Amino acid sequence: MPTVSLTVNGKAVTADVDPRTLLVQFLREHLRLTGTHVGCDTSQCGACVVHLDGKAVKSCTTLVLSINGSSVTTIEGLADANGPLHPMQEAFRQNHGLQCGYCTPGMIMAAVDMVNRKGNDLDDHTIRKELDGNLCRCTGYHNIVKSIAAGARAMAGGAGQQAAE
Amino acid sequence: MSATGIGASVRRKEDQRFITGKGHYTDDISRPGQAHAYFVRSPHAHATVRGIDTAAASAKPGVLAILTGAQLAADKIGNLICGWMIHSKDGSPMNMAPHPALAAGKVNHAGDAVAVVIAETLAQARDASEAVKVDYQVLPAVVDPAKAQAKGAPQIHEGAPNNTIYQWEIGDSAAAEAVFKSAKHVATVDLINNRLVPNALEPRAALAEYDDGADSLTLWNTSQNPHVARLVISAFVGMAPEHKLRVIAPDVGGGFGSKIFIYPEEVVCLWAARKVGRPVKWTADRSEAFLTDCHGRDHVTHAELALDDNGRITGMRVKTIANLGAYMSTFSSAVPTYLYATLLSGQYEIPMIHCAVDAVYTNTVPVDAYRGAGRPEATFVVERLIEVAARQLGLDPAELRRRNFVKTFPYQTVVASLYDAGDYNASMKKAMDIHDVKGFGKRRRVSARSGKLRGLGYSTYIEACGVAPSAVVGSLGAGVGLWESAEVRVNPAGTVEVLTGCHAHGQGHETTFAQLVSERLGIPIEQVSVVHGDTDKVQFGMGTYGSRSGAVGMSAIAKALDKVEAKAKKIAAHLLEAAEADIVFQDGKFTVAGTDKSLAFGEVALGAYVAHKFPTGEIEPGLKEGAFYDPTNFTFPAGCHICEIEIDQDTGRTEIVAWTAVDDFGVVINPMIVEGQVHGGIAQGVGQALLEGAVYDADGQLVSGSFMDYAMPHAENFPSIKVDTTVTKCPSNPLGIKGCGEAGAIAAPAAVINAITDAVGHENVTMPATAQVVWAAVRKAKAVRAAA
Ligand code: FES
Ligand code: FES
Repeated sequence: MPTVSLTVNGKAVTADVDPRTLLVQFLREHLRLTGTHVGCDTSQCGACVVHLDGKAVKSCTTLVLSINGSSVTTIEGLADANGPLHPMQEAFRQNHGLQCGYCTPGMIMAAVDMVNRKGNDLDDHTIRKELDGNLCRCTGYHNIVKSIAAGARAMAGGAGQQAAE
Repeated sequence: MSATGIGASVRRKEDQRFITGKGHYTDDISRPGQAHAYFVRSPHAHATVRGIDTAAASAKPGVLAILTGAQLAADKIGNLICGWMIHSKDGSPMNMAPHPALAAGKVNHAGDAVAVVIAETLAQARDASEAVKVDYQVLPAVVDPAKAQAKGAPQIHEGAPNNTIYQWEIGDSAAAEAVFKSAKHVATVDLINNRLVPNALEPRAALAEYDDGADSLTLWNTSQNPHVARLVISAFVGMAPEHKLRVIAPDVGGGFGSKIFIYPEEVVCLWAARKVGRPVKWTADRSEAFLTDCHGRDHVTHAELALDDNGRITGMRVKTIANLGAYMSTFSSAVPTYLYATLLSGQYEIPMIHCAVDAVYTNTVPVDAYRGAGRPEATFVVERLIEVAARQLGLDPAELRRRNFVKTFPYQTVVASLYDAGDYNASMKKAMDIHDVKGFGKRRRVSARSGKLRGLGYSTYIEACGVAPSAVVGSLGAGVGLWESAEVRVNPAGTVEVLTGCHAHGQGHETTFAQLVSERLGIPIEQVSVVHGDTDKVQFGMGTYGSRSGAVGMSAIAKALDKVEAKAKKIAAHLLEAAEADIVFQDGKFTVAGTDKSLAFGEVALGAYVAHKFPTGEIEPGLKEGAFYDPTNFTFPAGCHICEIEIDQDTGRTEIVAWTAVDDFGVVINPMIVEGQVHGGIAQGVGQALLEGAVYDADGQLVSGSFMDYAMPHAENFPSIKVDTTVTKCPSNPLGIKGCGEAGAIAAPAAVINAITDAVGHENVTMPATAQVVWAAVRKAKAVRAAA
């Protein structure tokens, strides 16, 4: 079996993998990082979004061997282990941006990426358009949109401008 | 109101683990030595299975076992059941066909499982499944419920002639006939309540483990009601006695009804775990979820409303065909009967209602409760009828509603429901003010200037929640009672665990239930934890669906808290050396009335366990109380939703431009959470109205079987929603709660379609009202106007 080496949440990992292993399987099954979820098999729902070298990707559509040598950040690594929450995480809690929590890790990772690309002043329309790749069945999106706008503003405060790549 | 008590928008306690990726959903759990299951499913909607050849597949790497329906039957694993008996109008019982967990001899819908491969890894199980050779003889299929009973239609189950499950009715058809004969005005609608796929974002999963030392089984699964799952799998399927079967429903990623039911896969995983001697895990992929999760709705309805010259409703007649799919799922029979027809009076005084429902089998995925379950279908009928009637009579739709609203309570409808409290005009008036209905004419003219059609639609819905007194549901055919249980365990140092028979999968019980305890015992919310979802930890409970957890589940907690308080008072009296009658409990303190002698709640808790200072012959040591609460009636949340839309005439694209919801949920524990429930419900209702539809082709293939083909609502489909409430306290439970989980999904479809038909000027707009449907309706309306 071929070998893959990655940096995941700041730690170096090396493993032998079946060539068809997807990044999401590698994270969930090899590394037991189960915060990254799978909600579909057609790359539509965004429950699996992680950051690959600082940019959001769908880990369900990424072969782990294809990203050898890269750096991956998952929801578990977004904030420092012993530090405060990332401002986007805090914004989701403050604004009731989650119900069952299943879409939430992907939403938060996509939201941080959105801020990195579009800045800290995000209007309703932009957020809704940018959420094209993320599904939530619980919240009706209302409070997710609110959370992202608030999280984006809070990120301007400095902390967590970049995810902990 | 305290900062964490009833009525406070407390931030959720459960969020910390979800926002940091530390939740524990079923698929996140792994057991040592676990193997993986992959199901071999029928590609055909209807076929006999002439043989299954597993030889080649068994030789594939990693394969531990390949199991079929024949082995399941040989091991005497029982069938899945529908637990609510419905009788036809001629008195005969419903025709419940056998539903084995693996098909034996015949498959009845595309996706029906015929075998399961158990292998070391999921990839190996999937690879091997492709080598399983199934010899199918394909039979003609029937998918359209309106055609299922036709002469010559393919027959799905022996014992269900004409694919008919039951022919049920409520009301007096002859009396209704008389009302319609003499009616001054009759409004008529023909409706299809489109079939929906629930699509909770977490796919269903099951992990089963057999402990041969203890001869016991453990099942982790995505369930809204683990005790009911254990009961059915034990008592009906016969897998193991209840005390040898533990069911754990950990964090569950949304349910909406689809995770109430007992499914074949969890039965098969338990059976396979014992047979193979290894833990067995199965997680649905989304394509599998589309083909195996119970779908919702799927009614074909003809309905009529009779009115007099003053716009007073004199009667209603409804005829519905309900598609229950290939097998009767756990609660499927109740949905188009007692959860549907009993709500057909809506918010109105209607002196005569007759409703006839035929439930039929088709070669499609089973249909069961989905958010609202019967009540969205009823509301759609009532609210479309009233809107059509208003337009026919040339009356303002709000005015027609007002004239017919129930105004005095309690109100006994003619379809069995007893409305206990409400103020329907208050919620409609408030919604109309917030929405600025007065300004609509102007907004419509502005839209017209840019060539767009603008419409406004109401939905003044009612629902029945907190289903309901056990004796009543029992008399209607339910196989279970619908009470709820709670245990309040006060620990010696004064922290509290609440064990509830409810289950949370997004509702926030860990917060709201703790708020109740915090308010009642005067302790900080951090000192309370809520335990649910494990049959080994929690006493039997009925789970969460039908917006019952507040009205029924919290009432059970309140009852247990009453007992805790009563006992603690007795103990406090001894500790304070005062008469029990003189002890006052307030803000977490036991005080001797008229003195400054007092003890904190935690001190009394410790005293209860130390048990030094009271006669233990009279008062038992410890502080732990349980309660079972059986509601005295359904609760009846109601409200008014107003939807405003704009249509691009060239493309038929409908945009929702404004939404106002004013709901009466009775007493609200946490407004933030309640608003969230309303938002989510509206999104699902709008999804039904504009986007979603499970489409089958004539051969029974699910054409919309993935997120690429089935239009799930996205963030872009919604405007910002305005949510408000009015409050009439529910007199049927100690907390005055009515329930809020389903309101949005119940109210929304009618509001959207009423708005579109208002804009278009043509009543025949089917759901989902896609651009194509609306475009065609706009053309049709123009043609009709031109011809007139
Ligand atoms: S799991 Fe990756 S997009 Fe759905
Ligand atoms: S919170 Fe449940 S899917 Fe988004």
